Amino acid sequence: MAESPKIKMDEKMKEIMTGYYIEAKTASETGKKVAWITSGGPVEPLIAMDVIPVYPENHGAMIGASKMGGDLCERAEAMGYSGDLCSYARSDIASAVIEGGPIGGLPKPDMLVACNNICGTVMKWYEVLARFYNVPLFIFDTPMCHTEYREESKRYVKRQVLEYIAFLETVCKKKFDYDVMAEVGRRSIQAQQLWQAVLDTAMARPSPMTAFDGFYHLALIVTLRGTQIAVEYYKDLLKEMEERVSRGTGAVPNEKYRLMWDNLPIWYRLKWLSRKFAAHNACLVADTYNTAWCRSLRYIHSEDFLDSMAEGYTRMYLNIGIDQMADTIIEMVQKYKADGLVMHSNRSCKPYSFGQFDIARMVRERAGIPCLMIESHMVDERSFSESQTETRIDAFMEMISSTPH
Amino acid sequence: MNELSLFIQAAAHPDECAARIQNQGKKIIGYLCSYTPEEIIHAAGAHPVRLFGTGETILNADRHLQSYCCSLARGVLENAVSGRLDFLDGAVFPHTCDTIQRLSDIWRLNTDFGFFADVVLPVKFDTESARDYLREVLEKFKEELERWLNITITDQSLGRSFEIYNTIRKKLTELYELKSENPELISGRDLAAVVKGTMIMERDSLPDHLGRLIAEIKSGLYTRSDTGKKKRLILSGSICDHPDFYELLEKSGGIVVGDDLCTGERFFEGEIEQTGSPMKAISRRYAERTICPAKHVSERARGEALIKKVKDRNAQGVIFLFVKFCDPHAFDYPYIKEMLEKESIPGIMIEVEDQLPPEGQLKTRFETFIHML
Ligand code: SF4
Ligand code: SF4
Repeated sequence: MAESPKIKMDEKMKEIMTGYYIEAKTASETGKKVAWITSGGPVEPLIAMDVIPVYPENHGAMIGASKMGGDLCERAEAMGYSGDLCSYARSDIASAVIEGGPIGGLPKPDMLVACNNICGTVMKWYEVLARFYNVPLFIFDTPMCHTEYREESKRYVKRQVLEYIAFLETVCKKKFDYDVMAEVGRRSIQAQQLWQAVLDTAMARPSPMTAFDGFYHLALIVTLRGTQIAVEYYKDLLKEMEERVSRGTGAVPNEKYRLMWDNLPIWYRLKWLSRKFAAHNACLVADTYNTAWCRSLRYIHSEDFLDSMAEGYTRMYLNIGIDQMADTIIEMVQKYKADGLVMHSNRSCKPYSFGQFDIARMVRERAGIPCLMIESHMVDERSFSESQTETRIDAFMEMISSTPH
Repeated sequence: MNELSLFIQAAAHPDECAARIQNQGKKIIGYLCSYTPEEIIHAAGAHPVRLFGTGETILNADRHLQSYCCSLARGVLENAVSGRLDFLDGAVFPHTCDTIQRLSDIWRLNTDFGFFADVVLPVKFDTESARDYLREVLEKFKEELERWLNITITDQSLGRSFEIYNTIRKKLTELYELKSENPELISGRDLAAVVKGTMIMERDSLPDHLGRLIAEIKSGLYTRSDTGKKKRLILSGSICDHPDFYELLEKSGGIVVGDDLCTGERFFEGEIEQTGSPMKAISRRYAERTICPAKHVSERARGEALIKKVKDRNAQGVIFLFVKFCDPHAFDYPYIKEMLEKESIPGIMIEVEDQLPPEGQLKTRFETFIHML
């Protein structure tokens, strides 16, 4: 089997992330404050305050990718945390306590910011952290938009934006600079637009990248959106992808089938899965996870970033009803011309996974494509059954290849 | 027929009880959470009924919810899509855990009972903006009911409902006090049936029923002979819909003298003030009562409340009764356990699904624990 060509920007990503973690880990020496924040949380005000944002979920992904999740999750279980809890939370809590994991634990936080636009788990997880580190916790509460973004939610979230700023001013002991904020907001939007443009290159046939590549290059839109570094990085990545498209270089050498992925990656099996699908000449061209970080583009504006971010952050992918989630997937199936949908039924993430059966039914009925369901805990490799997953993927690809295209 | 048997019957056959009330022309609204503003439903002339898991095999809910979903959500959905909840005219889903959020979506798309509402409560009650939002959300819910029933819910009817609910809550508190002071007066199993009954039976007459029940209890009508020395315990968790649980515990030498359950004290704790805006009054009670782990007022509020309860009730230990796959409770367990240990209060954790663990196994665990106290 031909190996897929390496993305040149991979190296750059490694370099930036290493630099980022070194800066974060030496914050106590440089006098900068560190905030731990959830992946879907409003990070821009932190950047504007020159606070270093640290993402336990990104840390969780690293733990998963370095296959240390099983061990850390087991330690969390020994501390009394049920093995049925989110494996990001379990592995991160354990690594905080034992200062373990791939980078010896994250730098200690000066404050915690939990935004529940992705799940209720983060609130419970950050309460654990607040008790452990004994630092202030800000809960940014974004009421779920089952069917709509209601007026009363709007008012509530907007008030919290102001409370959030007041919280930062207290912890950082300095005034919030609204001009800097506007600049950070512009850069955040720009990075999100660039990230969307990168993902859009996958509309090409063959696609220059797979969703698996996306999971890797996603790190900066999560951790550094609002900084110039992220903007520059995605400009370069976009250029590389566009060059691939113009040369006709596909991420999967003989791309024949195009698939979509739903839910978080199975971090400890990325390579295995990516090879597995490539062996079937199938490219994962789109997914619901990578795109979650540009979803708010339709609601936020650079002229009034702070005000519009309330809506952007509240209407995140996981904070809407499953019928809207199905609509989003169906739009993407059409946009990226996918032949099938692979759903990761993720025991770690209930808000992402419950409802998948109904979503699968809607996608089958309305987009006319088949759906595959594979189950795991995204970071806890002990739960993964390779042979079962393999059999299911093979059978699924068999079915896709036997339907006329 | 004595008063107790009324409650026991309603608790054992909620569907029959609800169907009878429906026949009197009342709309039946199902709910799953103790943050459901029952008073508004009641003031609208409708009848709120709490839904519990199923005792039946999961056949149809499997098409919507994975096996790693808690048995409560799966069980309720199973009942709903299998036609066992056809007495419902609607349902309401207050915002609690992630599981219930998705259950609400699945319910909205797969059932057709008539009324449906999400009441997207704030997750925190410790800020003014959250409390204001809470009030507005309740106001919206009231409007939805009004539109559905084509009525106006007046402040007067709300006031009347508050009074009924306050009386019910006060009487339940009194019952718990009686049990705590004189455990032999009523068995744990029966007391649990009374509380469950109050989530199902017609509310207007409940104050009277409860009043007579308390009189009967005091007169010794239900006093049990097996009143050997029992260890006093607090039960903490989400729901306990297992009458056998209490019986087995008592047989093993323990009694529940208080709880921190969504189907127990958290459900009936606190009064609604009769002054000022009604929605504000309801939200004040929510903000002041002991929180559920899916809500936030501070990082240690639940642990502190539990320790206080153990002390107030003069209890010797805590039984954590968790529904498997329930995230909010599982997250709080380690720190609360640790807080208890610092106070030298022993605790054990028991995980259940729709069914209790095998009797023998449970009994051994109870006995070992109680022995240690
Ligand atoms: S994986 Fe799911 S449950 Fe875990 S933190 Fe992320 S959104 Fe929450
Ligand atoms: S038992 Fe736990 S997970 Fe299940 S509905 Fe209740 S709070 Fe949610």
